Amino acid sequence: MRTLSLALRNLLRNRRRWLTTLFAMGIGAVTILIFGGYSTDITYGLQTGYVLRGGHLQVQRKDYFLYGTGNPAAYGIAGYQRVIDVVKRDPVLSPMMKVVTPTISLGGIAGNFNAGVSRTVIGAGVVVEDRNRMRQWNDYNLPIRIGPSPLTGTREDSIVVGNGVARVLELCEPLGVPNCSKKTKIDKPSGPDAPADIAALAALEARPAAPKDEARIELLAANVHGAPNVASLRAVKAERQGFKELDDMFIGMHLTQAQRLLYGAEKPQATAVVIQLAHTRQIPAAKARLAELLATSLKDEPLEVQDFEALNPFYGQAIGMFAAIFGFMAVLIGAIVIFTVGNTMSMAVVERTTEIGTLRAIGLRRSGIRNLFVCEGLLLGLIGAVSGIAVALDAVAGVGCGGRQRLSQSRGHRPDLHDPDQPLVHGRVRLQRRRARKGRLEHAASRAAPGLRRVPHFRGQHARPDHAAQRFSLCHLDRRLHEVPGPDGYAAS
Amino acid sequence: MHVVALSQVSKTYHLDATDVPALVGVDLQIRPDCFTVISGASGSGKTTLLNVIGCIDLPDSGEVVVAGEPVQKLSDDALSDFRARHIGFVFQNFNLLPVLTAYENVEYPLLLSRVPAAERKRRVEAMLDAVGLIDRASNYPGQLSGGQRQRVAIARALAPSPQLVLADEPTANLDSVTGAAIIDLMRRMQRELHVSFVFSSHDPKVLAAADDAVMITDGRIEKIERSRSLPGSVS
Repeated sequence: MRTLSLALRNLLRNRRRWLTTLFAMGIGAVTILIFGGYSTDITYGLQTGYVLRGGHLQVQRKDYFLYGTGNPAAYGIAGYQRVIDVVKRDPVLSPMMKVVTPTISLGGIAGNFNAGVSRTVIGAGVVVEDRNRMRQWNDYNLPIRIGPSPLTGTREDSIVVGNGVARVLELCEPLGVPNCSKKTKIDKPSGPDAPADIAALAALEARPAAPKDEARIELLAANVHGAPNVASLRAVKAERQGFKELDDMFIGMHLTQAQRLLYGAEKPQATAVVIQLAHTRQIPAAKARLAELLATSLKDEPLEVQDFEALNPFYGQAIGMFAAIFGFMAVLIGAIVIFTVGNTMSMAVVERTTEIGTLRAIGLRRSGIRNLFVCEGLLLGLIGAVSGIAVALDAVAGVGCGGRQRLSQSRGHRPDLHDPDQPLVHGRVRLQRRRARKGRLEHAASRAAPGLRRVPHFRGQHARPDHAAQRFSLCHLDRRLHEVPGPDGYAAS
Repeated sequence: MHVVALSQVSKTYHLDATDVPALVGVDLQIRPDCFTVISGASGSGKTTLLNVIGCIDLPDSGEVVVAGEPVQKLSDDALSDFRARHIGFVFQNFNLLPVLTAYENVEYPLLLSRVPAAERKRRVEAMLDAVGLIDRASNYPGQLSGGQRQRVAIARALAPSPQLVLADEPTANLDSVTGAAIIDLMRRMQRELHVSFVFSSHDPKVLAAADDAVMITDGRIEKIERSRSLPGSVS
């Protein structure tokens, strides 16, 4: 009679108590796993969003991160193409690279002078083809799909604006912005008319009104010398940016257009070289290598490297918040479970003092008694944990097709970084905002599901046709909900 | 040589502020291959004496030698091993492990003594056969009567071939007929296996069956009656 066998039989002695304890442990394990999976999901989603937008690393001019937003043009990298070439050719970095691309951040005033409205904006100039490649990064296989940038294949003067910008500049109609009702008519300010000579000059300079179906704006920005420069731009699409503050200010444009606006006929520069790696865990190695390159091959210009966490402080705050909540929950649930198991084991010891005495009398050592009870506790814990994991996996599989994989990732290799993202936040926001749409899709799916006679394979499992059909529908819906175009690469800074 | 020799053994229990002397200057020798009964009123110290002999309790003073081994010098683990090899126990409440079958209960002390599997099987079956329960080997204690349980307990105590079996009022929870049958069984086993049996009991039938009877009162040996003389024995 080995200790394990005896322990197992002892556990089964008082089945009601054993099952109650097991139930408590199972609930604890399920709660921790589900919330852990959710927390990890948030982390991966946030991280993916930030990496899609701004890459893992950015090479910037020294102090741009701290002071450059006030005058981005003054903090440009003149030799940005050389930086890109060096990075691409480097034998250490090149295997880790997915995309290396320049970007420009700028600030200015955008106006729709036909409507007599304007507002301050922040803009990002990007290489559209590179950004489209960046949009394909999905290291954690999240159920998201982001289409190509709306700037793809457009003229150089094309731009994408945030929904808020479109609304304020009264471009809702030509850009097809939803939920953009006409604003209340505001009386024009009553003041003295402009002097006649100024009014005549303005009339001479006025352009003909743009066609009603074209969304044109003028963007005023300060060039590298501080002089004002204006570009006439054509908005091709309005996109939601996730945060209202960004939504109300964002303009994405072609890099060459932004360079012309800031540097005119002078040699164009970039405010950052964005580097997207194959995997987030490569950041430390890539940073170390870049530091070496900046000190040797690229020492002509004062440059520095920032990772996406430094560039996006919200990321760390969000992850920290979730980690704290999860940690608190885990400790609380763990304490409850330990108390329950401890209580069960204490009762077992108290009830079995005679048995313990008998075992000692017939020659079992003190350590043997201890091992017996420890073994019982471990068995109880093991069975509770396994059943909890099984229930959690089942629950996750029921919730969404991506859950199982993400849960396994959360148990296996967590990203060595501190990675959260944004498509998830985006995804969740979209999830809520598209509830109505989901409702319609679910309705359609529920009608379609009975028709799916046989779904032989689902995520490596054979599933009963009716369940498989339901899961198929949910997964399909989940993907549909994530099939949203991400905002164009606004290089966070 | 005596299987048990106690010399000036004293044991006091400390209950809150009160000291309760359980054994006072006990000198006792248990002869080998004998059926010895310790008799006395309730609270006289019978169970304490059995616990000291069985190395479950250690005395406060005096010397205890069991099977030629001064047990006070042994560590806790060594005492456990010593009990597994040399001493069998039969309890008033049978104390079988409820999750084990009759066979497994008898086998358990052999497992502790690391007896090889084939030898284990042979000895367990022989013991169960000797106590007449071979056909109930797969029954759990809950499926056996009181007498059957006590017979399993006797088989368990004898399975490791100990030199000494201690039985604390083994018939107290049995009816008179079953009790008498158990006494007969133990007497027979004692003679067949040449084991020393030490009982605590105030059952006249047990006393009548004993080779030696030890009367104990208030922790002191009052009288020792030896009704059967053994060759070479020293009383």
